[in-house]
Amino acid sequence: MKATQKQAETRQPWVREDLVIVPMRAKSAADAIAQLGARLQTGGFVKDTWTQATIEREKTFATGLPTPEVGVAIPHADVEHVLQQAIAVGVLEKPVEFGEMGNPDSTVPVRIVCALAVARSELLVTLLQQLVEMFQSPGVLSQIAGARSPAEIVEIFDHHIQIE
Amino acid sequence: MNGERRVLIACGTAIATATVVAEKVKEIAKEAGIPVKVAQCKAAEVRGRIATFDPHVIVATTPVPKDLGIPVFNGVPFLSGVGMDALKAQIIEALKKA
Repeated sequence: MKATQKQAETRQPWVREDLVIVPMRAKSAADAIAQLGARLQTGGFVKDTWTQATIEREKTFATGLPTPEVGVAIPHADVEHVLQQAIAVGVLEKPVEFGEMGNPDSTVPVRIVCALAVARSELLVTLLQQLVEMFQSPGVLSQIAGARSPAEIVEIFDHHIQIE
Repeated sequence: MNGERRVLIACGTAIATATVVAEKVKEIAKEAGIPVKVAQCKAAEVRGRIATFDPHVIVATTPVPKDLGIPVFNGVPFLSGVGMDALKAQIIEALKKA
């Protein structure tokens, strides 16, 4: 009983319904980042510098991943722009092009944008490992892309992202 | 082939994606029975680390210079899952040849 209580206290969900935009309409990667950044800022998770820092970082270190089912991007900024950990998720009606990670000459059509607010860099490693596992689980990305409500998205992420 | 193979993993910050890729590289080398030593660095530090670490192979998740004289592999398939098996095979082959 005590252990369960403790777990419930320490496990805060990474994604909240107010951080999910579904369906999202964006005209560019920067637009998508700005919309998700606004949600993160309103929720008190990031500083007002986060959106610009993330858009800038994307130019040098692109985060589009050409995953098998649906393209995903994981835009983020350095820890100094973050107040509290969270992920804002946007599911685009029509894909926008993100630069491909590791390949500056190429872009990826992205439908799922996961804007990461991570306050400690060692936490980013664990989060990234769990996200990668999640992206590589068959069917999960299609499930996210097909979700109709923020609650569905929250549930999927909560199932896969489990960091104390 | 004898002795330990050194693999340098480069990413934007030397922390996040490099750590994920480093774990995968250690895993596949172990499966193939190849002893490896792995180091991580930022893309901008690659040349300096070549001088000090003398890697046999570089795996990068962000662009690095092409004229390094060492086999360089794009490590993003370890993150996306697309082309991962082919990449594993290529890295193992390069480690065996090194």
